[in-house]
Amino acid sequence: MATYILRRFGSILVIVFLASLIIFSITQFLPGDVAQLVLGQFATEEAIANLREEYGLNNPFYIQYLDWAVNFVQGDWGNSLVSRMPVFPMVMSRLRNSAMLAVVVLMLYVPFGILLGVLAALKRDKWPDQIITTISMMFVALPVFVSSLLLIPLFCHFLGWLPANSSILPDSTFGEALPYLILPAIAVALNSLGYVARMTRAGTIDVLRTDYVRAAYLKGLPRRQVLVRHALRNALLPTITIIAMDAGMMIGGMLVAEVVFGYPGLGRLLLYGMQNQDLPLIQACSMVAVALLCLANLIADLLYGLLNPRIRVK
Amino acid sequence: MATMQINQEYIQPKYLAIWKKVRRNLLTTIGFFVVVLFLLSAVVGPLVVPYDYAEQNIEQRLQSPSVDHIFGTDEFGRDVFSRVVMGSRSVCVIAGTGAALAVIFGLVIGLIAGYWGGLLDDVIMRLMEVMMSIPGLLLAMLVLFSLGSSFYSVILVVGFMYIPVVTRVVRSVVLDIKTRAFIEAAKLRGESIRYILMREVLPNVLPHLAVEASMRFVYAIFMVASLGFLGLGVQPPTPDWGFMVSEARPFYNNAPWIIFFPAASIAILVVGVSFVSDGLRKMLLPGGVSSD
Repeated sequence: MATYILRRFGSILVIVFLASLIIFSITQFLPGDVAQLVLGQFATEEAIANLREEYGLNNPFYIQYLDWAVNFVQGDWGNSLVSRMPVFPMVMSRLRNSAMLAVVVLMLYVPFGILLGVLAALKRDKWPDQIITTISMMFVALPVFVSSLLLIPLFCHFLGWLPANSSILPDSTFGEALPYLILPAIAVALNSLGYVARMTRAGTIDVLRTDYVRAAYLKGLPRRQVLVRHALRNALLPTITIIAMDAGMMIGGMLVAEVVFGYPGLGRLLLYGMQNQDLPLIQACSMVAVALLCLANLIADLLYGLLNPRIRVK
Repeated sequence: MATMQINQEYIQPKYLAIWKKVRRNLLTTIGFFVVVLFLLSAVVGPLVVPYDYAEQNIEQRLQSPSVDHIFGTDEFGRDVFSRVVMGSRSVCVIAGTGAALAVIFGLVIGLIAGYWGGLLDDVIMRLMEVMMSIPGLLLAMLVLFSLGSSFYSVILVVGFMYIPVVTRVVRSVVLDIKTRAFIEAAKLRGESIRYILMREVLPNVLPHLAVEASMRFVYAIFMVASLGFLGLGVQPPTPDWGFMVSEARPFYNNAPWIIFFPAASIAILVVGVSFVSDGLRKMLLPGGVSSD
């Protein structure tokens, strides 16, 4: 198991390194000159040239990248070009908010997705299955801002249960923020819910057909015990992979949801950075998103190895 | 007489058989008609819209749906119906071309990686893993923001983004087919690699590819709409459903129709294509559990 973890960890480090190279390269093409942006449009040629030298903008590409990467790893993420404040604490406070949103999203769709998937598999081809598969299919690729437009009138205007605007104070506690998190979280979760339900259903149907499940039934074990102890352990293996593969889509969905509901998370900070051409901010937010996605994949690999001993020896 | 009947059934044209299957499934049929409707409006849209999509008429701003303007008018007095119809054109062309790009490149790369295997396969799949390590929407935003957003750059970004997914699917099918006896037989017959790939491997990949293509179309629409909403899609004055929704948000309470019609169009098109995609999966890949 230890070598398995180390190998996965190593390959993820390589991937993060290559992804950081991609992100750094793309952001070099951002419109506008950094020195010009910092000094404003009335700066003299000389001042701009000095600042370019100071920022190392005249160095070859690989040196600029190495400077940036070394500083980044050490936690020096530079200063925002707009507010002149250090980027690191800004990103971290937004990351905390996005993490709170992510927790609610995961708490919504993982249990419900698995539950609906198992239910559909057990009632295969009967009406509960038909309803679950049809509805989950409808929401799988519905853009978050469109589903929000369905949710806001229903929950905010018609029922009046939840606020339509989630612009909470940036340092609110989880308890304070929770009412504002539910609606954006539902909007994001709807995309992944159908996906998880569908994969769980397929996995469960596959496992229910196997000989060992049949043997467990014939042994006289109660249905519940066969399902929970024998079938689900294997049926949920593909679901774990799916949840990790879906993490990228979830990050994108959260970004849109943060914009729709005005929630102060990482996604809105990134968009703000883009609107203001704030290079350090854009790079930091992007790298954090990449790191999160890789972390999700690493966790999925580890869980997979933990639940499926066969993979460890491969 | 009996043989005649069998023969007749046998010579029944293929499209008729497919049509019967389509009709058997209600959701697929609904999806099919939705897709046809939107494609039709994308093609003949400019001929049927009653107004110019960019024509502003301040005197007629924010009018609710009426006989003159069946979807009402927006904050600049533009006809919402004309804009929604013309918007279907840009979304269908961009998402369709983007998905097609992803499918073509994914097919070629997946065939190569799967068939040759070895170091080449390792390198290709590692690169794909790197591409997938950046969240799709984020990558699209970074590229479009850095290089500028235009009709063509959105197509390229959407196409590029989905190459790894298609590659993975094609590669896994190829890996499976490669071990079959008929491939071995073709090799022993001395067939060229080109023949084996085109005549033996490709026909077995095509059903999977068709299903994957329809899924890519669904997600491409999803992506184009989301990018449009964030203001990184096709630039005005070309109407874009996502951007129309985000522009109309301040008028949500006074003029809900400006936001309703483009949003409903996105929802109906996405759900319709999903239904078609699901029907295709049932029809072409009947074995898989996730297919029923």
